[in-house]
Amino acid sequence: MEMLIEIVYFLSAVVFIFGLKQMSSPVTARQGIVWAGIAMVIASLFTFGDPAVLHNTGNLGWIVLAIVMGSAIAYVTAKRVAMTDMPQMIAIYNGMGGGAAAAIAAVELVKVAGGAPAPATTVLVLAVLGAVIGAVSFSGSAIAFAKLQGLINKTIRLPMHMMINLMMFAVALAIGGMMAFTGEIDPNMLLIFFVVTLVFGVMFTLPIGGADMPVVISLFNALTGLAVAFEGFVLQNAAMIIAGTVVGSSGTLLTQLMAKAMNRPISNVLFSSFGSSTGEAADEEIAGSMKEIQGYDAAIMMAYASKVIIVPGYGMAVAQAQHKLKELEALLEERGVTVKYAIHPVAGRMPGHMNVLLAEAGVDYDKILDLDEINPEFPTAEVALVIGANDVVNPVARSNPDSPIYGMPILDADKAQNTIVIKRGRGAGFSGIENHLFYADNTRMLYGDGQKAVAELIAGIKQL
Amino acid sequence: MIEGFTALYIFMLAAFTGYEVISRVPVILHTPLMSGSNFVHGIVLVGAMVAMGHAETGLETLIGFVGVMLAAGNAVGGYVATVRMLEMFQPKKKEG
Repeated sequence: MEMLIEIVYFLSAVVFIFGLKQMSSPVTARQGIVWAGIAMVIASLFTFGDPAVLHNTGNLGWIVLAIVMGSAIAYVTAKRVAMTDMPQMIAIYNGMGGGAAAAIAAVELVKVAGGAPAPATTVLVLAVLGAVIGAVSFSGSAIAFAKLQGLINKTIRLPMHMMINLMMFAVALAIGGMMAFTGEIDPNMLLIFFVVTLVFGVMFTLPIGGADMPVVISLFNALTGLAVAFEGFVLQNAAMIIAGTVVGSSGTLLTQLMAKAMNRPISNVLFSSFGSSTGEAADEEIAGSMKEIQGYDAAIMMAYASKVIIVPGYGMAVAQAQHKLKELEALLEERGVTVKYAIHPVAGRMPGHMNVLLAEAGVDYDKILDLDEINPEFPTAEVALVIGANDVVNPVARSNPDSPIYGMPILDADKAQNTIVIKRGRGAGFSGIENHLFYADNTRMLYGDGQKAVAELIAGIKQL
Repeated sequence: MIEGFTALYIFMLAAFTGYEVISRVPVILHTPLMSGSNFVHGIVLVGAMVAMGHAETGLETLIGFVGVMLAAGNAVGGYVATVRMLEMFQPKKKEG
């Protein structure tokens, strides 16, 4: 039986890697996740035959119950949640994985605390490391979820926040190291250890601005992978080691890609608490004023253009305006207008967030263009329609070296002949930085909820 | 047994594999892929099952129970979220 389980684990590790590979192409992506899913189910079923699981048969019923409960909750929430809220759900499911890794470590460490013979030092070190990483990922992801869900709106920052964080991290490592290297675990110390790590995860995530959350979620995803791999070493489980490590490294790469798109080193995202300290740079004098436009006038501008570039942002996601946009696109194309979509790598709350939503509405792939592809086209477009995007079109990123977003590649919506900005209110963007684009001479503001504003545009065009 | 340098080798090779596998992913698939890799580390479920299976005391069993529940949530939630996202990418529309 054990041999059989090993073979199943080996095969599922292969299938996971293969599945991830398939997920990297739109054609095979669906197939990839289904394969990985099948491998996961088979691996879990065979695990019931593991002698360690059968060791205490009284627990079998509880295991099944726990699986059913966890699965049911996750299934219902994942099925119900709106596509726009997906990023925070990924955060929460990821946090659950981190919590599970920490729980595995906790069971092993509690055993030692209860008098069981301590395993080798390397095993204890990995158990402790996995516990720290998993617990941080767990509580940190919960905060990321709360921020994206709007449960926490402010970036909270205590005096000496960095110092406190560093100290907590040091305390966690010190206690962990002591437990691992002496092999003697005091139950109270163990409790303190977990409390400190969990609080550290919260404190670590709290000061990070909502705009940076995608990077943070991606980082936690990679961390959970690593924690799973470490606990895999503890339990001598090859499937966990390989799958966890693969996720750890691919997640790290993905995190780097995202941070690179924002042109900010990862350390900046994590430690500079971007969102809260932008006051000084935003004080700069802005020439001009915001000029309002009515839906009907904006519709005429677009209807008689030859090329319109749509720049969607998080506002589009919130307003669920993607279907209306698709309708607008169809109307404009009937009139012979070329319509393209410009997607900034970090538009929305995750890379690809906008692409997913536009795909949901049925927009063709070849009309959705990346930053590098679309930027040369802005000067030839009569109208750039910015809907719910802000920081990713803010020209200060090019012009003002003092600005916190200076150097971030942006979409050159300001270089279009006319720019129409659909925006709910007059406030600054997610980062709190004033957007000079809104004050430019050729920019007109169309205030209102994204969906309603686009509906106005559609109505306007239909009247022509 | 997986120990010492064997463990290190596995770790290193798996790390390179992960890096290579994802490096050719188009931007449009980043979110689904992140969700997919989130699902893959749901394999922590098998570890949580083992941890709970050999739990002896009440406390160990309780922690194990929470662990299994969280792990199952990770796996199922990650799967459903990924499939829902990928449903939007119809292969017939694929060009680039």
